[in-house]
Amino acid sequence: MSNLSLWEQIVYQLEMRWQDLLYALLQHIELVFFSMMIAICIGVPLGILITRVKSIEAPVLGVAGILQTIPSLALLGFMIPLFGIGQKTAIAALFLYSLLPIIRNTFTGIKDVDRSMIEAARGMGMKDLQILFKVELPLALSVIMAGIRTSTIINVGTATLAAFIGAGGLGDFIFLGISRNIDALVLIGAFPAAMLALILDFLLGRLEDITTPRGLKV
Amino acid sequence: MIKFEDVSKTYSDGFEAVKSLNLSIHKGEILVLIGPSGCGKTTTMKMINRLVPHTKGKIYIDDKDIMTVDAVNLRRNIGYVIQQIGLFPHYTIEDNIALIPKLKKWEESKIKQRVIELMEMVELDPSIYAKRYPRELSGGQQQRVGVARALAANPDIILMDEPFGALDPITREQLQDELLRIQAEMQKTIVFVTHDMDEALKIGDRIAVMKDGELLQLDTPDRLLSHPAHGFVEEFIGKKRIYQNPEYVSITDIMRENPAITLPSRTPKVAINFMRQRKTDTLIVADGSGKLLGIVSGRELQANVDKAETIAEIMNSSETVLQHKATARDALLKMTEAQYGIIPVVDDGGKVIGVVTRGSLLSFFANGLANGLKGENHE
Repeated sequence: MSNLSLWEQIVYQLEMRWQDLLYALLQHIELVFFSMMIAICIGVPLGILITRVKSIEAPVLGVAGILQTIPSLALLGFMIPLFGIGQKTAIAALFLYSLLPIIRNTFTGIKDVDRSMIEAARGMGMKDLQILFKVELPLALSVIMAGIRTSTIINVGTATLAAFIGAGGLGDFIFLGISRNIDALVLIGAFPAAMLALILDFLLGRLEDITTPRGLKV
Repeated sequence: MIKFEDVSKTYSDGFEAVKSLNLSIHKGEILVLIGPSGCGKTTTMKMINRLVPHTKGKIYIDDKDIMTVDAVNLRRNIGYVIQQIGLFPHYTIEDNIALIPKLKKWEESKIKQRVIELMEMVELDPSIYAKRYPRELSGGQQQRVGVARALAANPDIILMDEPFGALDPITREQLQDELLRIQAEMQKTIVFVTHDMDEALKIGDRIAVMKDGELLQLDTPDRLLSHPAHGFVEEFIGKKRIYQNPEYVSITDIMRENPAITLPSRTPKVAINFMRQRKTDTLIVADGSGKLLGIVSGRELQANVDKAETIAEIMNSSETVLQHKATARDALLKMTEAQYGIIPVVDDGGKVIGVVTRGSLLSFFANGLANGLKGENHE
């Protein structure tokens, strides 16, 4: 087998393992998708909450900061005693790892909305929730989307490590390739992971653009 | 309409922004709150729509304690215009103006009609601007929208917090004029905060001067100018300002009292002697009760000294007259048509009480200018 060129090796591995690869890709997307969904569902409200309750602003941002500072592989390791190994553990770790950019961007996005506008809104008799949904969130949306985009890209990369705790994904191919010293295997795991990150980056970038209110672009 | 009863605002750090304020704002007037920064004028205004809750006393709107009304409802019935304008950049002009009517759940067709009506009122063509966004408009145009938005739900009260303060002088002036034009039509009760005395004098029906959380003087612009409370108010208004606003100077402050008056039955010769005595070249002709009849110049007397028997034959009926309620501005305008450079001032009964001459006008303004310059040098 070692007398084959790299390209021939790739073709050979793909012929043999394309079903596994497809499955791993889906697993990878699943890890990213579910962890991101939870991160958005928790991160955005948390980001909004800390603009309202000043006393929890520092603790929340601090904890999220610490979570992101922990090396990703270590965080996955910490999860094992709690949840055992497998997909759920990986999703929990990826979720925690994705929180900070979402919370932080939601927070700054809302904080950056011109205060005088909020005062005008309040002075005219808009209720707090009306101000949040009609003024603050629409104006902060593109910043929040940027946070989600950053988070997603980091998440796609970190999810390759999930293979270490038995959660599958494209990392399986990369680590198998490394341990067996087969470059082609490493590549057919790494290339789709890289493409996934690039495509998501592009799509979320478009979404960021679309969510910027028209009035801000004129 | 709006009544402050012994109202104070003390912040949690102990700072007393407003101290025991008593103030009545009448229906349909523009009340200007003015004073140096930190004097409590904005706080006072914001207590009306409860953006700043007061800590002592009571505030009534139409005899109703504002604390008994829901804050949101209260605010929806009070227009609010701020210096930073605060339009929503993600809303079109149309949607910005329609905001409150929409929150009040007006019918769609009624809202549409109202928006068009308001845009026309603030002189923004709806066909051009309705669908635009605030960022596409100039500062002056944006604040026109700000005013339209405040008027949208037809509130009786409008609060304006230095609304034109950030605009260039020409635009500011235009918007002030327009506010006055709109106000003449709408008769809203407007509370207007500014730190610009010229603006206050132009806009205000009454002006409240505040300092350190206290109301120092509340008066009409002309009363404030002619009788400023001693000390701070006087200083704040600036003594020289009166000379820049001749419409606030009463003619009785300028006129020369005890003018040379003669009866119409006198002969020219006697009159000429009288003139020499009084060192004047013009005589006011009045009847026995002092009622103005006419005016005659020394040259006319000289020319007719042999022809005429009495002054009555040669005097000119004085068409240029100032009533005692007139102002320095009226005098300045009329002086150009005054035949002899002298204008008689009469009371309600037509009795002569004094004269204004070119000389007395000039020296009045020259004095003012000199004092003003002196004041500036001191600053």
